[in-house]
Amino acid sequence: MIPTPDLSHLTRQDYEHVYEPAEDTFLLLDALEQEASELKEIRPLVCLEIGSGSGCVSAFIGGILGPSAALYLCTDINARASRCTLTTGRQNKVPLESMIASLALPLLSRLKHSVDILLFNPPYVPTVIAEAENAQGTADIEGSWAGGIDGMQVTDIFLQTVESLLSAKGRFYLVAVKENNIPDIRARMSDRHGLQSKIVMQRRAGREHLFVVQFFR
Amino acid sequence: MVRLITHNLLACHVKNCTSNNFPLAFKDLGDTSLPAEQPDMIDDEFLQKLHHVLLEIHVEEGSMVCPNCNHVYPISNGIPNMLLAEHEIG
Ligand SMILES: C[S@@+](CC[C@H](N)C(=O)[O-])C[C@H]1O[C@@H](n2cnc3c(N)ncnc32)[C@H](O)[C@@H]1O
Ligand SMILES: [Zn+2]
Repeated sequence: MIPTPDLSHLTRQDYEHVYEPAEDTFLLLDALEQEASELKEIRPLVCLEIGSGSGCVSAFIGGILGPSAALYLCTDINARASRCTLTTGRQNKVPLESMIASLALPLLSRLKHSVDILLFNPPYVPTVIAEAENAQGTADIEGSWAGGIDGMQVTDIFLQTVESLLSAKGRFYLVAVKENNIPDIRARMSDRHGLQSKIVMQRRAGREHLFVVQFFR
Repeated sequence: MVRLITHNLLACHVKNCTSNNFPLAFKDLGDTSLPAEQPDMIDDEFLQKLHHVLLEIHVEEGSMVCPNCNHVYPISNGIPNMLLAEHEIG
């Protein structure tokens, strides 16, 4: 058993602005734990998490691979989330490199085909377009869930860049809900980017039917 | 905690800024442990300095400037802010 990262340094005030780990987060942790031995086998050098929030997921990966086994890069548009990610790294002795950025934009040109483990638990809740746009602009707690049409407005932009980021042995883990139309996502990633995929884990949590999908070459 | 190994992966992504947009220049970072040219002999002393510069130097406060378009990316509390304004996004 890989221990769940220690988040005792984060407070109620933090969680007013930063996503508190919830069912979707825990499904991703469980999926990664199930894949732990395979992940170690590929000897990852670069891990990149988009939308790291509290930093819980990247700290967990650090627990699986060992603190200094890889470079752990984390982006989030929410400055408070980037701060929490940094402190969660310190608290759990995993050197998380936290930056405020949208998706992987400042890293795209330098990380071509170099990311071994790519992670995104995106804002996946279907909302009207304007709600997602505003949430992206204000970069506060609404940005952690407001996903626009089909909940795919933010994820879709990122999906365009996944193939160019993944290394030959790289894997991309995406959290999604049923409303995101997972068969359609998988078909698009295959047709347009030649990436294969499989569903690693799924779970019903309240009204949400959550999935973790893995994409690979 | 911007280590140089991370800085080395960041490029300017302002709209139309696609060449000479890397590496971003640190403002006010005065470490001179490394020689300007790669030495002929890679000895332990050099490797230790390299390790220090790449993995141990952390920039907590400062900024990084694009060599092409001069866009400034601030670093605060060890976190670089790479966000762009709406009109700067490609
Ligand atoms: C559902 S939360 C997941 C947080 C954390 N990874 C977890 O699993 O608990 C989504 C996160 O994505 C961030 N986010 C939203 N839009 C983003 C974007 N365009 N670029 C980077 N991060 C974004 C949010 O601020 C939020 O922290
Ligand atoms: Zn530039």
